[in-house]
Amino acid sequence: MTNEAIKEYITAKAPTATYDETGEWLNILVESTHFKSLATILNGQPMQMNFLFCLTCVDYTTHLTMVYHMTATKDRNMNIVIKTNLDRANPIIETVSDIWRTAEFHEREVFEMFGVQFANHPDLRRLILEEETAIAVDETKEAVVETKGYWPLRKDFEDPINMIKL
Amino acid sequence: MLSLESITKTTQDWLFAKFSPEIALTIECVIVILLCITLFAVLGLVLVLLERKVAARIQIRLGPNRVGPGGIFQTAADTLKLIMKEGLTPDSADKFLFNLAPFVVMMVAMLLLAPIAFAKNFQIWDINIGVLYISAVSSLSVIGILMAGWASNNKYSLLGAMRSGAQIVSYELSAGFAVLTIVVLTGSLRISDIVASQENGWWLFKGHIPVVIAFVLYIIAVTAETNRAPFDLAEAESELTAGFHTEYSGMRFALFFLAEYINIFIVCAIGATLFLGGWMPLHIGHWDGFNHIMDYIPSSVWFMGKTFFLIFVIMWFRWTFPRLRVDQLLNLEWKYLLPISLFNLLLVTVIAIMGWHF
Amino acid sequence: MYNQTEIIKDTTDLGPDGELVINIGPQHPATHGVLHLVVTLNGETIKKIEPHLGYIHRSIEKMCERLSYRQFIYVTSRMDYLSSHINNTACALLIEKGMQIEVPERAKVVRTILNELTRIASHELWIGAMAMDLGAFTPFFYAFRERELITDIMEDTCGARLTMNYIVPGGLMYDIHPNFQTKVKAFVKQFKEKVTEYEDLVTGNVIFQSRTKGVGVLTAEDAISYGCTGPVARASGVSCDMRKIAPYDAYDRVEFDEVIETAGDSFARYIVRIKEMNQSIRIIEQLIDNIPEGEFVGKTKNVLKLNKGEFYQRVETARGEFGVYIVSEGGTTPYRIKFRSPGFSNLSVLDHIAKGSKIGDLMASMGTLDLVIPDIDR
Repeated sequence: MTNEAIKEYITAKAPTATYDETGEWLNILVESTHFKSLATILNGQPMQMNFLFCLTCVDYTTHLTMVYHMTATKDRNMNIVIKTNLDRANPIIETVSDIWRTAEFHEREVFEMFGVQFANHPDLRRLILEEETAIAVDETKEAVVETKGYWPLRKDFEDPINMIKL
Repeated sequence: MLSLESITKTTQDWLFAKFSPEIALTIECVIVILLCITLFAVLGLVLVLLERKVAARIQIRLGPNRVGPGGIFQTAADTLKLIMKEGLTPDSADKFLFNLAPFVVMMVAMLLLAPIAFAKNFQIWDINIGVLYISAVSSLSVIGILMAGWASNNKYSLLGAMRSGAQIVSYELSAGFAVLTIVVLTGSLRISDIVASQENGWWLFKGHIPVVIAFVLYIIAVTAETNRAPFDLAEAESELTAGFHTEYSGMRFALFFLAEYINIFIVCAIGATLFLGGWMPLHIGHWDGFNHIMDYIPSSVWFMGKTFFLIFVIMWFRWTFPRLRVDQLLNLEWKYLLPISLFNLLLVTVIAIMGWHF
Repeated sequence: MYNQTEIIKDTTDLGPDGELVINIGPQHPATHGVLHLVVTLNGETIKKIEPHLGYIHRSIEKMCERLSYRQFIYVTSRMDYLSSHINNTACALLIEKGMQIEVPERAKVVRTILNELTRIASHELWIGAMAMDLGAFTPFFYAFRERELITDIMEDTCGARLTMNYIVPGGLMYDIHPNFQTKVKAFVKQFKEKVTEYEDLVTGNVIFQSRTKGVGVLTAEDAISYGCTGPVARASGVSCDMRKIAPYDAYDRVEFDEVIETAGDSFARYIVRIKEMNQSIRIIEQLIDNIPEGEFVGKTKNVLKLNKGEFYQRVETARGEFGVYIVSEGGTTPYRIKFRSPGFSNLSVLDHIAKGSKIGDLMASMGTLDLVIPDIDR
């Protein structure tokens, strides 16, 4: 399906979506509340985008953006990028691990690096870092732990041990 | 020619001439014991080095070649290292059984040396139920293994020991049936009779089809009995365990290690005796000229040659095949090898009665 | 005789139904890397596998936010160290796409040859390690005999044997060694003679077949849903070779087949990789005689700056589809970089395929998934 056809189809189903074709692939920007329904639509007929190949998050300092790259195995030239903006203070979004099983691990990683809560995820806990690391470093800053949490890939992450700065 | 037979005869005559019969007998026993222990030590050294060299050559590398010319003192260095290691005993292990287990295994290996004929008239004990003695005593090694597994007080050692035990007990059956084939053809359990009956040709060639089948079954069964690859899941693949000798270190581990290699030697020696003629040179029927030439090679050389050939085959297996899973292993025995051995026994009985062998 | 070291948990720590929980890893002999699996067993049968990652996590993604566009490429060599050239190519291609840099033909062809050599080297090591997992110790040495030839070629041309920093945005860092062509031809000749040895020793072996056939079956729908790529997905019948879907470098002008099997079990994954090695040899043969003369690197500035925007580049490594995603704000360092590693998704399928089987089968399945843990942990 061409980009135009995709845009038409999606506007019919999810009117609030906006499009951005400046990059390599078609980018669709939706509200976080409408995201799950859009994902379900894309996974079903007739588009059958059944291959989610990248799930990540970007921290623009005012908000977080979830980015999903997907394609369809029957038409590999059709690549779509879905983006959702999330509130920095309380980022919650619906999980897509029931649609694409690969999202289970990817969402766990995004949770531990950015602090995004995924509603209805079967097993949301830290994947790569250990709980002990997260707690031990912040032990001296009790108030900070409550408000900030240990989310390394955020831009305002403080790094007292200076592991990352060169 | 100076043969082992003549050495033993002269020694015996001299001893009985010099001392009273009881003391001469005692001295003879002591000499035999010393020879046995020396044989063990030398065999251990040689076999471990042989394994490492054979493995290396199959894997396109050189193997140990630094310690001594061509690496011949490698095993001595390894044994020295093992002796100097701390022999740890786990706290809540059953101390008596824990210490006893390696010795049980070694003892069984030594007992099995008795009926083996190393050369013409050079046998420690030519008992009239030789083959039965071998089968019975080799079954005792399972006790040592189970003892080791239980006394370690380690759930995983116990599981490994149970698995090992199950494997050994199952494959005993096939090995026993293979051995019975030769007994049926020979008509006697005595080792010297069996070797003498191969004077006009080894059983492998004389008793064509059933003996060849029995030989193949025997080789497979003894590879499994000695816990060698491809049946070595109990010691190499730590599915749930690291084997029954996990908790052993230092000298006790060295004893287990040594006992494994001695066991290989013994089962290969028995295989050579039963199927390949023991110390009997290669004779073909009534070709007297040929047979006479073959007789010039001393019988001990024949025996050792055949045994080491079988040892080489078993080592070759280890570095060629991947491992079998435990259920595949037991499947192999109970569903395939056992029916084949039973059928083979029937076949060989028919052949022996009808006289359809050479 | 090797034992995989285990840290055995307190044996009173049984699961809710009296199941046994054991740890496999994190130290494995010679394979995989540091992967810690917590396996819940019911007798002999596996009920659940939970991978614990992070033993070699180096916060690469955060670190790259401080590295310039010329520097971050070589960090990917340390991620999947068996496909280092291919990972570097992905990053270089992304920058070339973003900055519209012209890559000369010579560089494209040499990059393709190096990629294919890397793929063969990776599969060689995988064969050795997998056979060793199953108990056959000898194929490891035979595989390394061929791999030595490849690392020698790499040492001559790139200067290093494992983490080769050779590919730059625009082409190659310096020209190839004069011996490159002769050595690669000699390697191709020897490989073709020796690959039959693997067939005889491992593939045709009855014990090996009975341990891998029917073990760890992965259906095509599951492979797509779990995001598996590379030989894992191709063995289940999913066509996903990035070299065919979105050709880069010189892949659009060589002929090669995409190897697809339908059985989906460990044996199929094994066969796919063996055939892929043959296809790689085919590609190398087509290119090695016709390396075009000319420049080896395109014209670029010393300090690279990507325009504002987002870029994504996909390549086919030995393990699957490797993706690099950069969000750039127009500076000299990336604003956000994400590496989509193939091992990450391939690992998530381990729990699914090993449930209900025995531990011996777990070794076969894990071996054929071909996981390299630094790739997963980043």
